[in-house]
Amino acid sequence: MESVVKGFGMNRKFVRKMALAAAGFALAAGGLAGTAYAQRDPAYEAARESGKVGEKMDGYLGIVTASTPELQRMVNDINIKRRAVYAQKAQTANATLEEYALTAGCIAIARTKPGEKYQAPDGSWQTRTSAPPQRDSRCPA
Amino acid sequence: MQGSATAPKRAIRSLPLVMAGLVTLAGCISVEAPDKPIVIELNINIRQEVIYRLAEDAGNTIEENAEIF
Repeated sequence: MESVVKGFGMNRKFVRKMALAAAGFALAAGGLAGTAYAQRDPAYEAARESGKVGEKMDGYLGIVTASTPELQRMVNDINIKRRAVYAQKAQTANATLEEYALTAGCIAIARTKPGEKYQAPDGSWQTRTSAPPQRDSRCPA
Repeated sequence: MQGSATAPKRAIRSLPLVMAGLVTLAGCISVEAPDKPIVIELNINIRQEVIYRLAEDAGNTIEENAEIF
């Protein structure tokens, strides 16, 4: 009888240890996922650096040079995700999807790095230099 | 005597059913999905003050979703 109780005690301790280990692992995995979440896909980063894709005025990504099915798929995928984010945030901010997307476009163009492409107010693709980009007159400073 | 009493009752009882049926039918006739997408160009109407109000929020959104920006 005693041994059974002791056995239970051992089991409880073991279960608690396992639970702690599992919680720790979950936290570590969450942390790893968090860092991975904030980075661009290497293919996307490469397409930006090489000027194959650029930031459009409307807040979405555009294809600058010759389109390939692979590139189109990547751009579509990113734009669908952007649209979902804009829609959610616009609702919270009591704005329309277009208003929010245009604002994000202003900021995304302002944050392009030299060498990356962006769309100027006349609709043409421009390469970002160290100088400020040509933006819509309504864009915030 | 009994038959004449049940007939109106039955009619009254079935009245909501008939009305529900009519409402459903009316709904079927009047509600029609548009066959063409409705496109409204809002870009021109977006004002600078709206963009200024949203700027900080949009900047944070870009940072929070850095993998797609």
